[in-house]
Amino acid sequence: MSGVLVIAEQRRGELRPVSLELIGAAQALRGAGDTVAVAVLAPSPERLVDSLKLAGVDEIVAVKVAAAEFDPDTFEAAIGALIEARKPGVVLVAHSVDSFGCAAALAAKLNLGFATDVFKAERIDGELVATRGGYGQKVNVEVDFPGRATVLLAIRAGVFKPPEQPGAPRVTEFAAPATASRSTGRDFIELSSNDDVDMTAAEFILTIGRGIGEEANVAQFKELADAVGATLGCSRPIADAGWLPKSRQVGQSGKTASACKLYIAMGVSGAIQHLAGMKHVATIVAVNSDAGASIFGVAKYGVVGDIFEIAEELRRHF
Amino acid sequence: MKILITVKQVAALDEDFEIRADGRDVEEEFLIRDLNEWDDYSLEEAVKIKEASSDPVEVVVMSVAPGEADEALRKCLAKGADRAIRIWDDGLEGSDPMAIARVLAAAARSEAPDMLFAGVQSSDQSFAATGIATAAFLGWPHAAVVSSLDYAPGAKRAVFRRELEGGLLHEVEIQCPAVLTIQLGINTPRYASLRSIKQAAAKPIEVKTLADLGLSAGDAGESGSHSRIRRMYIPDKGRAQLIEGDAAAQAARLAEIIREFKGDAA
Repeated sequence: MSGVLVIAEQRRGELRPVSLELIGAAQALRGAGDTVAVAVLAPSPERLVDSLKLAGVDEIVAVKVAAAEFDPDTFEAAIGALIEARKPGVVLVAHSVDSFGCAAALAAKLNLGFATDVFKAERIDGELVATRGGYGQKVNVEVDFPGRATVLLAIRAGVFKPPEQPGAPRVTEFAAPATASRSTGRDFIELSSNDDVDMTAAEFILTIGRGIGEEANVAQFKELADAVGATLGCSRPIADAGWLPKSRQVGQSGKTASACKLYIAMGVSGAIQHLAGMKHVATIVAVNSDAGASIFGVAKYGVVGDIFEIAEELRRHF
Repeated sequence: MKILITVKQVAALDEDFEIRADGRDVEEEFLIRDLNEWDDYSLEEAVKIKEASSDPVEVVVMSVAPGEADEALRKCLAKGADRAIRIWDDGLEGSDPMAIARVLAAAARSEAPDMLFAGVQSSDQSFAATGIATAAFLGWPHAAVVSSLDYAPGAKRAVFRRELEGGLLHEVEIQCPAVLTIQLGINTPRYASLRSIKQAAAKPIEVKTLADLGLSAGDAGESGSHSRIRRMYIPDKGRAQLIEGDAAAQAARLAEIIREFKGDAA
């Protein structure tokens, strides 16, 4: 019982970038003589094999499945059969929406050690130790898995570096068991909106969060954003409340501030899902009345104070 | 018809807090408890389905927790749940989400609902695991991160959209009964009226033990868990450079940062 099995994630025929990060994460967990195998599940897995030929990968396992896209029953049966056949010490999946739908079920059915949203994984005195956040990311929590032969870890995206060098792994095939799935995937739907803003192209974003309190206050920040030349964005609660269109939501389920160079977050606490959409920005300024807000953990500059007062004072300069 | 909702009373931390002497959790006195935000949405979804149905629908909330969680359960009763069940036993101390899910599944089996909702995750420990693990222990179809749902009580199928990364949705049809984990924003949770809060205070909360559910100590607590907390610690604070002074001074520095950026961009 050894080795690391990585489950690559694909959607609509493309590997998701986090798949390569998992290969990076696997390197710290391989013991001497251990192998790293990467499994890719798709109707035509052979199409995705080449993009996984990277340094640190010993084997690519092409798993042909009937479902065109992620489906819990199909994926649990296929990954479950692969784990039982290979008996790896560690299985890595992404902490993603697809894995939310199957990882815990796999851990339950196969009796695996299990932790999610893991941002650090290491061996301490031979024992696997995973670190995740707790209490809204205000503490770090180290967990271990006494007595578990196989441990399944769901790894946070954007933490581990994908390998840069190419590799020459062997490619094998694995026959997934036939499964009668109890759900049927239909169409994908892109979020559309009448709002023509493109958050992914904006270089300067001013984002508002729960701290603005009520809908009537949105106008003040919209005016401020216009005055300073920023695109107005928001965190999830503002979009959920319908105060701004969903197309302005920055975060995991919304838009990524891909082109952004200056990001001013006002009244945003910094939930991990929000940080996923903006923590890469070179200059982040966080304005928040709570000095303990997680957003200060990724910001370059922090302003602890009343967002309304700061907004008013800032407006005078433009 | 019956819809079962699994809920959690979560804990947020006080601004200043201390780690417990054994280093494995935060001192209890620094915890501020409330109903998990996600569960507010899954409860509302069930209550909306009940209100739209011409057949009678019972909405039952269930939590694995000691007595202090009664507060969260009463909040659910005030917002439209018909019954509340709380499962606790000293043997449940130290349970991880998998052990909790095993208990929830046993309790769900005895309730035999037509549908089970859970929140996508808890706001405190954010495992995003309990609902789907509950489904696995039940052997039920399941789906995570449901952001819109079309379901009539008792129907053999439901259609929903799951919210993927990057503003993409995926429409799926599923056989029922099923376990769905419900995402924020699927609806607008109601506020409880004063009258319903008063009524909820008088309603009983059914309390069950492991033995009531046919479970043994080995199914719960550390022995029923798939992970163990080794250590909890406060991470190094980030690198944010604080801009000091009064609001005027802070805003002046902020204006400078904006101007510098615009200078670079120009």
